[in-house]
Amino acid sequence: MEYFLELLFSGLTRGAIYALIALGYTMVYGIIGLINFAHGEMYMIGAFTALIVSSVLSIYGLPLPAILILAALAAAIWAGAYGFTVERLAYRPLRGAPRLAPLISAIGMSIFLQNYVLLAQTSDFVPFPSLVPEFAFLEPYGAIVDSSGLTILAVSALVMTALTLLIKFTRTGKAMRATAQDRKMALLIGINVDRIISLTFVTGSALAAVGGLLIASHIGQINFAIGFIAGIKAFTAAVLGGIGSIPGAVLGSFVLGLTEAFATGYVSSDYEDVFAFSLLVLILIFRPAGLLGKAAAEKV
Amino acid sequence: MKSLPMPTGKDIRHALLTGLWFMFLTFPLLVIKVDPTEQTVTWRWANLLWVGGASAAVALTCRLLAAHRAARAERLRRMPDQASPHFPKPPLLFRPERLLPLSAIAMLFFLAFPLVFSTYQVNIMTTALMYVILGLGLNIVVGFAGLLDLGYVAFYAVGAYAYGLLHLHFDLGFWVALPIGGLLGALFGILLGFPVLRLRGDYLAIVTLGFGEIIRLILENWGAFSQGPSGIADIPRPGLFGLDMTLDQSLIYQYYLTIAMALATVFVVNRLRHSRIGRAWFALREDEIACQAMGIDKTAIKLTAFALGAAWAGMAGVLFAAKTTFINPASFTFLESAIILCIVVLGGMGSITGVVLAALILMLLPEYLRALAEYRMLVFGAVLVIMMIVRPRGLMSPPRQTYSPSR
Repeated sequence: MEYFLELLFSGLTRGAIYALIALGYTMVYGIIGLINFAHGEMYMIGAFTALIVSSVLSIYGLPLPAILILAALAAAIWAGAYGFTVERLAYRPLRGAPRLAPLISAIGMSIFLQNYVLLAQTSDFVPFPSLVPEFAFLEPYGAIVDSSGLTILAVSALVMTALTLLIKFTRTGKAMRATAQDRKMALLIGINVDRIISLTFVTGSALAAVGGLLIASHIGQINFAIGFIAGIKAFTAAVLGGIGSIPGAVLGSFVLGLTEAFATGYVSSDYEDVFAFSLLVLILIFRPAGLLGKAAAEKV
Repeated sequence: MKSLPMPTGKDIRHALLTGLWFMFLTFPLLVIKVDPTEQTVTWRWANLLWVGGASAAVALTCRLLAAHRAARAERLRRMPDQASPHFPKPPLLFRPERLLPLSAIAMLFFLAFPLVFSTYQVNIMTTALMYVILGLGLNIVVGFAGLLDLGYVAFYAVGAYAYGLLHLHFDLGFWVALPIGGLLGALFGILLGFPVLRLRGDYLAIVTLGFGEIIRLILENWGAFSQGPSGIADIPRPGLFGLDMTLDQSLIYQYYLTIAMALATVFVVNRLRHSRIGRAWFALREDEIACQAMGIDKTAIKLTAFALGAAWAGMAGVLFAAKTTFINPASFTFLESAIILCIVVLGGMGSITGVVLAALILMLLPEYLRALAEYRMLVFGAVLVIMMIVRPRGLMSPPRQTYSPSR
């Protein structure tokens, strides 16, 4: 039973991280229909920025909670800035181009950013300091729950609630939904579509960066290539839930995280990713538009 | 071509702002370098100046170029008689009547290549030609039938492992393995094709990506079957009627073999394009519903596209195993699929000449960028982005084929 609970908790933690990344994928896809292959790099850049900022701050001797908050802020700000720049340079000139052109541009950007971080920092795995303090009240449950995992769950719940509120109730959120529904129409009723698209990239990248910081602090090491596999997994999660749908991305992430945790715990850890992708194929066979995606009837 | 216009104050302000923005953007990653174990920080302020200066200069040049182009378009609009006709002629190199002499020259170049250049160069060229085959194979799936396949490398792996394992267990040679590799590739293509028949667009993309990863992970983890990450070594090179060849001779022989394969691929793919199946693929790509309404069996057509595309990848895989004499799962990552896809898109979806050119450019580029040492992949990524921005339809977008009814 304890083992089961441990796996359940680790599955939820994984799911929360996937969700933070998958949200960016699904928002971007919802608005411009692009698989943003460079999105995983935002997560990696967020983790690296957090590492740099927290190391500098800890040398100046700031207390741990302050470091954590400042590092998270810096990660979100800079990853957001990278997201903004990438959209401006690599995707905006390609609006209206054939569908695959931005995809290749995104792959190029992903290769570029990985190698940029490799050259600017290092190609080795870098140890990442544990930024989350140990909570004393968790002591009795230490085998099942750890404090960084709990922080991941709490922070992602907070962030997701904030995002939902933003999208549901603010003017900007309304404009985002309108742009996702019909870009031309949104333009006609006076929404600055370019700004909304930029904003979507910034928000998505910032979310991914927070995810990057949390998981790096949980696992304890990072390198320039971590964004790639995390990005693919998160994309899988977004598709699983129905790409373009925000609740779908969250649901898909938790389904994927739990499946991986239980499959590695009870079957074999070698085939972790095989389980993830097999689950994807199975679900898509029976629900071709994902768990929460609407199967759009095509009109001629 | 007139010279660039003088930069105005506005241009300079824009350039300076861009420079400042990039200085902000790259500040943590480029300037600060920390060593978490030693608790030391290195500040590299010089990088900041470089980035600021370079990005400002690039921004200024781009802006002036855009202004220059806009001015020229405006001039042409004012004087319509100078404007180009409605159907601008394609650039000199690409006109159909030049195709024959140009391909003759290209053929001579490729045939004479090993006589002129070193074995090292020949080896690189063989690799590039293998990517021509792979690119043309994927072109069937993505370019002709419009099915976005991100896991193409899986079939390449199937072919390579088919040869490796057949040699290991049954001591079969290259020439027996080649058709088997192709057939196995096609079989796996159908295997992948069946579950994804109902999926469209990007759902298809992610499932194919997942399929590619599954194949690689199985090869990596099922040690009893595939020898795991350590791979299969000592795979023989292709033989020629049992002749004894030195290493150099055998590499040159392989080069010609690859050329022959690539030519055969070009021939078959070109014939396929104009066949009944090929036209059905184009119909599928353009509009699935209209295609069905014309009485085309969508299932059969999709499966044929997957199977034929995968068959070429399987054969290319056998060729690859024979060339490197060693295979392991690390050669078949997603990056490989992405590069092959880049070849197809960069070449211009569906254009055979374009795909051949793009394969040669993209594969030879990193080799000759070796002078840039560690900046090679950085430049490669940037080149992909820039090429897409400059030519979003690829190097050559094929004109729509028309068929006259009376023939």
